[in-house]
Parts: sequence; structure tokens; C-alpha cells
Amino acid sequence: MDRVREFLDMGGYAAFVWPAYAVTLAVALLNVAWARRALARSVAAARRRLAGGGDS
Amino acid sequence: MSWTWFHRLGSPPYIYGLARRLTPWLAWPAGALIVAALYGGLVLAPPDYQQGDGFRIIYMHAPSAWMSLMVYTTMAVAAAVGLIWRIKVAHAVAASCAPIGASFTLAALVTGSLWGEPMWGTWWEWDPRLTSELILLFLYLGYMGLRGAIEDAQRADRTSAVLAVVGVVNVPIIHYSVTWWNSLHQAPSVMRVGKPTLSTAMLVPLLMMLLGFTLYFAAVLLVRLRAEILNRERSASWVREVVGT
Repeated sequence: MDRVREFLDMGGYAAFVWPAYAVTLAVALLNVAWARRALARSVAAARRRLAGGGDS
Repeated sequence: MSWTWFHRLGSPPYIYGLARRLTPWLAWPAGALIVAALYGGLVLAPPDYQQGDGFRIIYMHAPSAWMSLMVYTTMAVAAAVGLIWRIKVAHAVAASCAPIGASFTLAALVTGSLWGEPMWGTWWEWDPRLTSELILLFLYLGYMGLRGAIEDAQRADRTSAVLAVVGVVNVPIIHYSVTWWNSLHQAPSVMRVGKPTLSTAMLVPLLMMLLGFTLYFAAVLLVRLRAEILNRERSASWVREVVGT
């Protein structure tokens, strides 16, 4: 357990190292989610257009 | 020499299909590289002799900063191609780049701030490197705002493309800011003339992280590009095939 605690402590820099990792990895994951959502919305809009002949 | 390959690159159905097929081949290696680099950077790399474990912020900060510049350059080149050859797909690429680049520019600024506080004793300084990176964020936001503000799609493409192309002068300014001016920010340790200044155990995870994020960008870009292409193809018969109605 001590080695885990030592790792998490990051030599006293835990308050800076972990937020930096959290922010960057969150941005990376969010970009995947946003891109997939954008594609799903565009596909749905295209289907609606083709089905109804409308332009929404 | 045949120019068919060039014309095919401007064809929306061809690009849509290519993007769909390529995405998994980019996304899986990207994920594997990033996970391996996380292990290498957090566990295998030794602490820095000056910064201790605080230096490990580099494995998030450098890829974010790299993304902010690489994505902008991609966006500006695509915008220029769209302007010069009037290729719709090129404008779609440029538009797809902006939100990705903006978010990673923000990540570069935040992680830089988290690194600056313990090492320099300040979260922020109006320093050439930091200020030019902040301007990059405003360029991305300006580009997105401009696109959103113009109703006509073709005019939005062309006007925002001009902004993207003009703004590219900021990219070399950011890169060379630490060499040209007296900056608080450290000089480049990887992208420099001659050998990198990092030791191998520190450098390998960083290079893996940079490559991983580059592949990751390509994968996310291709998904966004498909959405952009669909939005632009109002009445094409091939759309019916790919969305499956």
C-alpha cells in the first residue's frame, strides 16, 4: 500500500500532476464523444431530410 | 501524370467511405499508444533531477500543445486548399478541425498553468509563449464564431478560411517564441536542432504520446468530417445509401 500511496503522492506534486492528467484525458475523451454525437445528429438529420423531403 | 487521385480526394462520397474505413485503423493504435505511454510516463520514467515527479506533467502538456499547433496548421492548409481550388471537402476538413484544436489549446494552457505554479511560482505570466498560445485559442474561437455567424454555407466557408489562413502566422511565432524572446518557458527539448535533451527513458513515452495523439486527432477528425460532409450534401443520392433509409 505504501508504494501506491507514494505513487499517488507524485513526490509532493500530486495537486498539479493529477489535475493536468485529468484535464487532458477528459478533453481527449470529450472530443471522441462530441465527434460521435455530431455524426449521429448529421445521420439523423439526413434521414429526416430524405424521408420527408424537408430541409431540417 | 494522372490527376484522378486528386479529383477523387474532392469527391464527397469517396472521402466519406474512406473516412469510415480508415477510422478504426487510426483509433485503435492511437488508444494503445496513449495507454502504453501513460504507463511509461507515470511509472517507468525516472523522476527529473530538478523537478522531481512534477516533470510528468510534460506527458500531458506537450501533446496538448503539439495538438494545438498541428491541428491549426491542418486547418489552415485545408482552408487554403478550399480557397484556391474551391473544394468543398477541404472546407469541411477545416471546419472539423476547429473544435478539436480549440479544446486542446485550452488543455495546453491549463496544464501549462498547473506546471508553472510549482516550477515558476506563478499560474500565469504575460510571457511571449503563453500570450501567443492564448491568441491561438482566440483564433480558434474567432474562426468558430465567424462560421456560426454567417448563414450562407459557402460564404461561411470562404470568410472563415481567410481568417484561418491569416492566423497561421501565429504558429511559428508560438514555436519560436522561446528562442526569439527571453521567455519564462523552457526551450524545446524534443523538437529542436540536434539531439533531444531528455533521457531515453523520459523521451520514449513522450514520443509515443505525441504519435498516439496525432493518430487520435486523425481518427476524431475523420468522424467529424463525415458529419460535416453529410450536412453539406443536401440532395445527393449517395447519402441515401450511407445513412440507410
